[in-house]
Amino acid sequence: MDTAPIVTIRALNHWFGDGAARKQALFDINLRLEPGSFTALVGPSGSGKTTLLTLIGCLRMVQDGSLRLLGQELHGASGAQLVAMRRRLGFIFQAHNLHESLTAGQNVMMGAQVDGGVRHDRATLAAHHLLGLVGLAGRVDYLPANLSGGQKQRVAVARALVGNPDLLLADEPTAALDRNSASDVVDLLRRIGSARGMTTLLVTHDTRILDRADRILTLEDGRIVGEEDRQGKG
Amino acid sequence: MSGLFQRLLGRLPIGWLQLTHNPMRFAAALTGVAFANVLVFVQLGIMNSMGTAVLRPYTFFKADVMISATDANGLTDGGNVARQWLLQALADPDVTGGTGLFIGTVPWDRAEADIGFTTFGIDPARTDFVADGIAGDLALLEVQDAALMDRLARGLTREEAAAIRPQSPRAFETQGRTLTAYSTFAGGGGFGGDGYMIVSDQTFLSLFPARNSAAPDHILLRLRTGADSATVVARLKGLISDETLRIRSYADAGQEELTFQQTRRPTGIIFGFGVLIGVLVGLVIVYQVLSTDVADHLREYATFKAMGYGPSFFLGIVLEEALILGTLGFLPGFAIGATILTVMGKVTTLPLAMTPSMAAIVFAGTVAFSALSGAIATRRLAAADPADLF
Repeated sequence: MDTAPIVTIRALNHWFGDGAARKQALFDINLRLEPGSFTALVGPSGSGKTTLLTLIGCLRMVQDGSLRLLGQELHGASGAQLVAMRRRLGFIFQAHNLHESLTAGQNVMMGAQVDGGVRHDRATLAAHHLLGLVGLAGRVDYLPANLSGGQKQRVAVARALVGNPDLLLADEPTAALDRNSASDVVDLLRRIGSARGMTTLLVTHDTRILDRADRILTLEDGRIVGEEDRQGKG
Repeated sequence: MSGLFQRLLGRLPIGWLQLTHNPMRFAAALTGVAFANVLVFVQLGIMNSMGTAVLRPYTFFKADVMISATDANGLTDGGNVARQWLLQALADPDVTGGTGLFIGTVPWDRAEADIGFTTFGIDPARTDFVADGIAGDLALLEVQDAALMDRLARGLTREEAAAIRPQSPRAFETQGRTLTAYSTFAGGGGFGGDGYMIVSDQTFLSLFPARNSAAPDHILLRLRTGADSATVVARLKGLISDETLRIRSYADAGQEELTFQQTRRPTGIIFGFGVLIGVLVGLVIVYQVLSTDVADHLREYATFKAMGYGPSFFLGIVLEEALILGTLGFLPGFAIGATILTVMGKVTTLPLAMTPSMAAIVFAGTVAFSALSGAIATRRLAAADPADLF
């Protein structure tokens, strides 16, 4: 198995705004994410967690320092390169962000078809398989409006995973869910993630997730101030 | 339907699914496009019929060159031309013959509705100057006060018109005289008169005592076969010393009148403007629908952007929607437009009809302008920043 890190960050700084309003959001971040690891990122709001996540997710341009993702340097990468890199990632958001006009199956297919060239029947098959894995085999043809909050977030999980991403990025995926649904989603992420050797980085306050993480990174005022390695404890 | 689009696009038909997700809005959008189409069809139909109506009287006669007064913007417009110029023109080696054409309006006061005939007076011996369908009857006009009547004239019933034959002529009083129609020809109501009538030049002069045989409205010339009318026109301009006269080929005269009617007369300008309004209404409706749709789906689009979909994917969705709106809106627009034109044509007896070229132009225009609206609407996509999703 390839043991090169999925993400290597060195001396990463990031600013928002221009001129006098310019404000530094991240200070000298150094970080490695090993293949197959499950890392939780915690910290008070405004600490820079989301900024870090969007930088790793190729949703912002790297301004200073080095960020290597899947072997490619993102500092200086073009917009088109960032778009191409994003296709190798999976995203789960705080809100499910499902398309209301598409059925559960079609929403998941959008994740499978992003590469183009994926044949329709294969994409359908993959979508149905993933919905089966998240326990929604019977809801393939349901529109999001007819699904519960937990079900919708599980569809979003299936959509993020259907493309077999190398790295899954999640931002408070359980924040909008009740206790049972949240527990289901965490189980799913952990189970499918380890089965596929997927690397996971998620921002969370949810202790149910923290309990099951390999590593917990704490961010405060744009700096990594704590790192707890819990490998083997989960 | 969805499966068909799937095959065509090679991806999920998101545009179709988005549009049909909200059936009420979809129906309203299609109604709007159809309405714009109807507007354009009716205006275009009237413009077209104007062309047909303007050029129709030109088809009654055969000529290569026409000489008219300087203020004659059309066949029935302007002052007279002195007959002496006809003799001058005949001196040109390529001019084989010429005749004067008199034009006036003859009313037929009827109990039901008066009919205003645009009446041509021409030498009945010159059968070579009238269209083939009329030439055979021209000899009937040798009789004083004889007339050939437009069987499609507004106000004349088809039965009445069919009854007019040499053996059963129809006489009527006008201008203090009794005219007798011995036969008919196919004309039709236009924007000016209700129909047409052809009489001999002698009959014309007795209907209009103030007119003079030495001053017809136009002079028609025939040229030697193979002669170039443009060359002859240029020569005639040198030959005829009255430089204010309008000397042009017969075909140009028709086109000049058409251009004049469409660009200088209120009717033409109004309907031309109507077409423009129809196009703008359609453009605004489609743009409004598409840009609202983009704004409503910014979050979904941002999600798709985060997943790695590029700009062409979003342009594809919006264009897909534009083409669906344009095509599905065109169908009812075409049906309603054709119906309105047919009914209007019946009521006004104007030559109003849906033509294949009109349908093709409006369809192509609808699709093109819908796509343009769609392309403009995608500018709002820039607001979908996936970094804001977290």
